[in-house]
Amino acid sequence: MADAKKKDILFQPIFDNNPIALQILGICSALAVTTQMSTTLTMCVALTVVLVFSNFFVSVIRTQIPSSIRIIVQMTIIASLVIVVDQFLRAYAYDISRQLSVFVGLIITNCIVMGRAEAFAMKNPPGVSFIDGLGNALGYSVVLLAVGFARELLGSGSLFGVEIMPLITEGGWYYSNGLMLLPPSAFFLIGLFIWALRAWKPEQVEEEQFKMAPNSRTSDVF
Amino acid sequence: MAANKESVGRTLLVAFLVCLVCAVVVSTAAVTLRPTQEANRILDRQINILRAADRYEPGINVQEEFDKIERRFVDITTGEYVEMPEDYDQRRASRDDDMSRRLTGDQDIASIRRQAKVAEVYLVQNEEGEVTRLILPMHGYGLWSTMYGFLSLETDANTIAGVVFYEHGETPGLGGEIENVRWRANWEGKQLFDDNGNVAFQIIKGNVDSNTPDAEHKVDGLSGATLTANGVTNAVRFWMGENGFGPYLDRLRSDSAQLN
Repeated sequence: MADAKKKDILFQPIFDNNPIALQILGICSALAVTTQMSTTLTMCVALTVVLVFSNFFVSVIRTQIPSSIRIIVQMTIIASLVIVVDQFLRAYAYDISRQLSVFVGLIITNCIVMGRAEAFAMKNPPGVSFIDGLGNALGYSVVLLAVGFARELLGSGSLFGVEIMPLITEGGWYYSNGLMLLPPSAFFLIGLFIWALRAWKPEQVEEEQFKMAPNSRTSDVF
Repeated sequence: MAANKESVGRTLLVAFLVCLVCAVVVSTAAVTLRPTQEANRILDRQINILRAADRYEPGINVQEEFDKIERRFVDITTGEYVEMPEDYDQRRASRDDDMSRRLTGDQDIASIRRQAKVAEVYLVQNEEGEVTRLILPMHGYGLWSTMYGFLSLETDANTIAGVVFYEHGETPGLGGEIENVRWRANWEGKQLFDDNGNVAFQIIKGNVDSNTPDAEHKVDGLSGATLTANGVTNAVRFWMGENGFGPYLDRLRSDSAQLN
């Protein structure tokens, strides 16, 4: 029973309760860093580390945190983790960290991290919180990698910087889609991802908040 | 216990301890990783200078190759070589009131506001110790960001041998194409100065072909990145002009023996 629950916690956020596709959180970094697979993957790893450990540490001290300052305590832990991750990237993945520039720092404001700390880690023991962080990070990564795959392939004709479709500007045949390199394209791709996901799992479709009135003739209305 | 946890003293204690632990972790990481980060920054700069010199291939020993390039310092106003300490950093100097000068509006075509009084130049030497190329740093404002690059010149101090941009924040795929190897290859062989000694270099809209007047000064534009390209043109014109390396290049053109 306990094992089954852990498995749910780990795998549910990937498709059943995806932080980006269902909860629509963490969109801004998904738009910004997905032009290339290498930056996307680095961002996913960075977010995974931060999310897993922020969940873990918040959960460890959850019984000690006074409720009046709980948000700021969570923020302090998250911000410290983000700075440490950023420092590591600058030391060991210099090129990629230069491309990611401010977006690693902006993990601090990523709603997924805060959301999991407040919603899960404050109420559950460290082990399960760790798994919950991992699950949500995987959910985030699945969407980001899918978006990054489409954007780099269609926008630059390559994957991880390796040429797949030679560009016309490089003497090949593929005319790159410039829109894919700009942030709005990630909106469309995430939209398509959500559409595909909800077509597969219709229970995720939200109820309509407003019902459109049926067509009516003006003479009937007045 | 629950009431105790919410007391003012306890709140302050938890806040203090959390901050203390986090501060120690963050500063430990920052301090222990700083030497590696600094080494990366220097390596990246050296690689880009080697790229401008056409001496870079992936996998080479950067340090060894870079040692063959001599760094000298040039006084911007006189164009004469000056001696500076080994750790001189032009970018830091351009923010220092004493070591830089403020540019007036009509001087400042590259929108950089302040300029260091002493600039670095890199002299590439062949096996016999003769200078074969000249590498000049330049920067200027593009569409979104200040673009930093190196322009490499032949010993006539006029013909462009290569260009690199190593730091910028232009739109990937549009202005970011200033890093494109193919586009940068267009610069090779172009002439900076016209017959009157003015900087005539320009990035035009569209492509340069045999009908383009003064094609020897012109480089193909980047489609979708006119403002970035204008920024690059302005940066080149500023740094090669009278307020940049102009006096130094004049001196070299009149007597190329003065390179050394």
